[in-house]
Amino acid sequence: MNYVFQFGIVVDNLPRLLAGAALTVKLAAAATVLGLAIGILGAYLRTNGPRALAWAVAVYIEVFRNTPFLVQLFILYFSLPSLGLRLEANQAALIGMAINFGAYASEILRAGVEAVPEGQIEAGRALGLGRVQVFRRIILFQAIRIVYPALASQFVLLMLGSSVVAAISAEELTAITNTLQSTTFRAFEFYFAATGLYLLMTLGFRAGLGGLYWYVFERGRRAT
Amino acid sequence: MRQFSTPEFFFLLKGLQWTIVLSLIALAVGGAFGFAIALLRVAPQRAVRLITSGYIQLFQGTPVLMQLFLVYYGLGVFFGLRLDPWTAVTVGFALYASAFLGEIWRGAIEAVPREQWEGAKALALGYWQVMRLVVLPQAVRIAIPPTVGFLVQLIKSTAIASIIGFVELTRAGQLMTNVTFQPMTIYPLVAVFYFLVCWPLSLASRRLERRMDLRRVTSGALAERTIAI
Repeated sequence: MNYVFQFGIVVDNLPRLLAGAALTVKLAAAATVLGLAIGILGAYLRTNGPRALAWAVAVYIEVFRNTPFLVQLFILYFSLPSLGLRLEANQAALIGMAINFGAYASEILRAGVEAVPEGQIEAGRALGLGRVQVFRRIILFQAIRIVYPALASQFVLLMLGSSVVAAISAEELTAITNTLQSTTFRAFEFYFAATGLYLLMTLGFRAGLGGLYWYVFERGRRAT
Repeated sequence: MRQFSTPEFFFLLKGLQWTIVLSLIALAVGGAFGFAIALLRVAPQRAVRLITSGYIQLFQGTPVLMQLFLVYYGLGVFFGLRLDPWTAVTVGFALYASAFLGEIWRGAIEAVPREQWEGAKALALGYWQVMRLVVLPQAVRIAIPPTVGFLVQLIKSTAIASIIGFVELTRAGQLMTNVTFQPMTIYPLVAVFYFLVCWPLSLASRRLERRMDLRRVTSGALAERTIAI
């Protein structure tokens, strides 16, 4: 053990690491918004849609949940250009993450939708609301509340999973870390620092998403 | 410039073989460690529980790729040895699997009803006897579906090993793409291979879970009926 650690160089490059971390968070947040939209549509079609569409959504969910995200990314970034569809690295990263998150969100939300008591749907229909209206006004909010913890942990998994987009050279935290370690030859220090940053982001988001749950679902539900 | 034909296809199959080997090694080694972690997570001593909780947080709160880099470069730094990707990847995935399995199995141990503990203690059994004879046999049954589910996650994660140069299925796909220039054939085929391995496991995990729920319902109903009689 005669290795001398030099964390000074990491501190000097902290702004670049933080910029990478910011892009990681941005990617994950944008992909979550898109993925949630996909997930809501997917959950609706799985439970209320015409048979063929429900089946198509089921196929989408199974395919994306049973293949590695990295391979999905390669297909978007390396394969699609042969069909004339060329994406930027960051675009491919965002689209890949959104489609991937969408598959998980569809499945998670479907479970939430099915957990909403049948009587509420019947009541909504009796009030003369259409299927879509019942879904939008009665089911959706409750379904999200029921599966919120699962969605929150899926968000964290998505953020950590975004690390592999470094393989197609986006500029998020992992890619920046790779660049820095290869120019300074201080691999261990940089990976150690980046791992610490990821851990901080995870813990921060877990706390923040917990607070958001309280803010959206618990606040104002005081016994009057 | 080569055409994609039988030899290339077999090269991918060979890659798939390494994906499976790597997953099974990680499952076996990670399973052994994970079992110890699960036991420590429910230990009577608070300090032990906290330390193992930190270990799990560390692995569940950081990307697998970072864990691999740290093992790959870190072990080199601390022990002054240049690791080959094989060792780094195996150690990395075993550690990763141990944290996840430890957490899954802790949940299974805690899902065994408290009354079982209390009943066994009332029979004057010691902590380890209660654990070994009463709790673990029931926890194992509860743990099977989520463990199979995690195996799917593990197999998918091994694709990340390609980034540090370990030749498994994904890396084999990259290498074949480099010589044939047919990414539109190869990467979807790679995805199909993964799907054929993972999907049956996902189905099995779901089926096992459903069957356990049913069994719990029926045994509950049976118990009620016996009481009624």
